[in-house]
Amino acid sequence: MSTQQEQPPETDDTSTETVESSTDAGPAPQDRRMEEKADRRARRERTADEIDAGTETVHLKVFRYDPEVAEKQEPRFDDFHVPFEKGMTVLDALIYARDEFDPSLTFRHSCRQAVCGSDAFFVNGRQRLGCQTQISDLDGPVRVEPLPHQDVVKDLVVDMGHFYEQMHAVEPYFQEEEDLPDGDLEEQFQTRENREKVKMSTRCIWCGACMSSCNIAAGDNEYLGPAAINKAYRFAMDDREGEELKEHRLRILEQEHGVWRCQTQFSCTEVCPKDIPLTEHIQELKREAVKKNLKFW
Amino acid sequence: MSDSYNRGLIEDFGRWREFAPGMWAWILHKFTGWILIGYLFTHIAVLSTALGAAGNTAAIEAGDDVYTTTLQGLEGLFLVRILEVGLLAVAVFHILNGVRLLMIDLGIGLESQDKSFYVSLVVTAAITVASVPTFMTGVGV
Repeated sequence: MSTQQEQPPETDDTSTETVESSTDAGPAPQDRRMEEKADRRARRERTADEIDAGTETVHLKVFRYDPEVAEKQEPRFDDFHVPFEKGMTVLDALIYARDEFDPSLTFRHSCRQAVCGSDAFFVNGRQRLGCQTQISDLDGPVRVEPLPHQDVVKDLVVDMGHFYEQMHAVEPYFQEEEDLPDGDLEEQFQTRENREKVKMSTRCIWCGACMSSCNIAAGDNEYLGPAAINKAYRFAMDDREGEELKEHRLRILEQEHGVWRCQTQFSCTEVCPKDIPLTEHIQELKREAVKKNLKFW
Repeated sequence: MSDSYNRGLIEDFGRWREFAPGMWAWILHKFTGWILIGYLFTHIAVLSTALGAAGNTAAIEAGDDVYTTTLQGLEGLFLVRILEVGLLAVAVFHILNGVRLLMIDLGIGLESQDKSFYVSLVVTAAITVASVPTFMTGVGV
């Protein structure tokens, strides 16, 4: 029921009656919920009026699926017409649709400024961050789907478990224990050149867009994937970790499902919302792995 | 990953809408590679069936040995001439994109990987067009 955006006018009358009849007998929380529901309906009608009045709207086609609700077990697209505002992002439009039309519309979001990496969606056939994508840059209708190649939990929410496992597999933390400077407050410095080298790789926000766009990762579940390899690059190239640790990291990367699976399609580099040159980093690690193993005598 | 839940046609066709150059290059490289392998085996098959000419000097001089007649017969077909032009296009693209991939492996010009793909397409087209007069001479049309 609540997943429907536009309700035919006949049902409006009957549901108004139920609100009135339940007001006397029903418990307080239900009253409150019923009031809220009536409120939302009123707002929805107002928006509909605005649409009639010729306000510019955005046509959203949003993927809906929920294995726990009988009507949503068959995946489908719901249409939402959201009033357009200057500077509106895909995430803004989704939030509006959820708050004003359908509270059951489910998606992850947090910071709304491309830092938390929780709102990567498949928008108009491409992996993008909802909060970073301007509606005005897209051709309508805007089609929003969950990330491909990941299990859909509900609506736009995908299971990120496998992605996080791959990220953790490359030991994404600083491990140097020798050569640490003496004294509690002593800092361990990195040269400016070295910082510049790893700068782009540190930008990763774990949104999973690259992994979703990579069709090698789609076919090979054990492949580490662009994000994890980039994370490994960030530490392998850091001068503050010694040679031994770098070798340890390369041993993880040069395994069968490590860097060699990359076939330089550049899909990850194209979709990365933080513009990390992922393919370049993977290629550099391939060369490092070759250098380590090449022996001429 | 996506085993437990199949998004059906949405999944299959949604991904085809916006292919980036790098992806097209990958697909074409695989495609042309398979065609070249297929050609290699056809080539071996044709040559090995024509081996009966070996040692038969009189027939070779007369020009009616198995090898000569087989090849002349094939070259006389319009379809074979067309396929030869196609084979050249496939081979040239595979070579040029192979060089492009070599550059990518060496870490040279990764920012212009899309441009190098377009260049290899254009050069392939130019060579193919230029080869048409040579390949299509004397065909019985």
